[in-house]
Amino acid sequence: MLFDKFQTMADFQAELAARNVEPFGAVTEKILSATEGVVQGRKVILAGTNNYLGLSYDPRCIKAAQDAAARWGTGTTGSRLANGSFAEHQALETEIAQFYGVDHAIVFSTGYAATMGMCATLAGPGDVILLDADSHASIYSGVKQSGAEVIRFKHSNPDDLAKRMRRLGDRAGQALIIAEGIYSMLGDVAPLQEIAAVKREYGGYLFLDEAHSMGVLGETGRGAAQAAGVEADVDFTVGTFSKSLGAIGGFCVSRHSELEAIRFCINAYMFTASSSPSIIASTRAALRIIAAEPQLREKLWDNANRLYQGLKSLGLPVGPSASPVVAVEMVDRSLTIDCWKALMEAGVYVNLVIPPASPSTNFLLRNSVSAAHSSAQIDTIIAAYAGLITAGLITPTRAH
Amino acid sequence: MTDYQEYLSFLYSALESQNKKTLVLSESTALVADIGLSSLEVMEFIEKIEDHFDISIPLNILPDVNTIGDLAKKVRELNL
Repeated sequence: MLFDKFQTMADFQAELAARNVEPFGAVTEKILSATEGVVQGRKVILAGTNNYLGLSYDPRCIKAAQDAAARWGTGTTGSRLANGSFAEHQALETEIAQFYGVDHAIVFSTGYAATMGMCATLAGPGDVILLDADSHASIYSGVKQSGAEVIRFKHSNPDDLAKRMRRLGDRAGQALIIAEGIYSMLGDVAPLQEIAAVKREYGGYLFLDEAHSMGVLGETGRGAAQAAGVEADVDFTVGTFSKSLGAIGGFCVSRHSELEAIRFCINAYMFTASSSPSIIASTRAALRIIAAEPQLREKLWDNANRLYQGLKSLGLPVGPSASPVVAVEMVDRSLTIDCWKALMEAGVYVNLVIPPASPSTNFLLRNSVSAAHSSAQIDTIIAAYAGLITAGLITPTRAH
Repeated sequence: MTDYQEYLSFLYSALESQNKKTLVLSESTALVADIGLSSLEVMEFIEKIEDHFDISIPLNILPDVNTIGDLAKKVRELNL
């Protein structure tokens, strides 16, 4: 039957409804600030938004969006290939290329479209792609469409990558290696110096997704490659405007002039409407802020360290190092749902993550930190987790 | 060149720890439907095979693999 494959999900939805909990697609009824909103009738601290620098509510970005809407209208009503390339889009492409110190950039309507579209297009039948096992769904989606031979290497394991490059023999020199800067679910940073060293030894092209690391890592906020000092080894960088830049959209930048030809081969670029001018304008404003205000990154990392240390000191199973994404790993699905509900009742919204979105069979209470969080808000989040322990929902020192 | 039966024998032994239902394995045993491997367990199993034969098994072939016999044939092709 056509619908049989959806039965497991339908059963899960029914279970959630019976427990009067709605962790997926929880409706935000009002946004009060970059870090507070009213979700499902409850005023909560937003600790699961990826709004790393809090720029979604920056008055300069809002003003830029308002002005652009007044000047350009609410939408382009067409694709970049047709009538949808406004001067704003072109200016953003120039500015994002300059931000990364390269000559070529493509702006996409979403981050998913950027990553999926580039992965689907760069390699094709006869080519080979090596991707990190924990890659984002947009990457898996893209490589599946590409028609290329797709080989996984163990997550953040340069030795496994090297082994697989060796096995490719002469083909390694043309392989496309795909990694991410910060991995979205657990917040771990890729070992890019070691991955770049493998690329230097065997050849190939390195494609890096900086969706969660742009604006977060690196001296000027370019991301994990800048922080690791390996930008020269990266052939293609993709990222999103929907996290540290506080809007929506995506990009690819490259030093390769071929990107200009590739642009007109990407379905996800050609056959969708371009971003509305207000989005492009707020993104341009946010990009200027990221470049000019490194103190935002400092504040973000202060908050990240505060939350990480706080949860760690409670004995909760968090990752090996601090990151703006702090995930508490859980084993039991039912308990994880109870914890998510209890956190909401304590006034804290986090992300509930279930396999296969999580990188293992574990469930996650995923927190993302913002520079806009106050120290008091971070402490409230920590206190909410302490409440889970008091309520007997979590026992410290091990995964549940 | 390794014989098809040798690939099968290796796959049987490699599956031992994951064969929780203690099924009698044959080339027609389905990895997911019969043994009940999760997607994560399938990938762990694939890694064992890759390391043993020093090959990389592309993800592209997996949709065509249902049984142990299907996998043995694919591994033999890749290892030629």
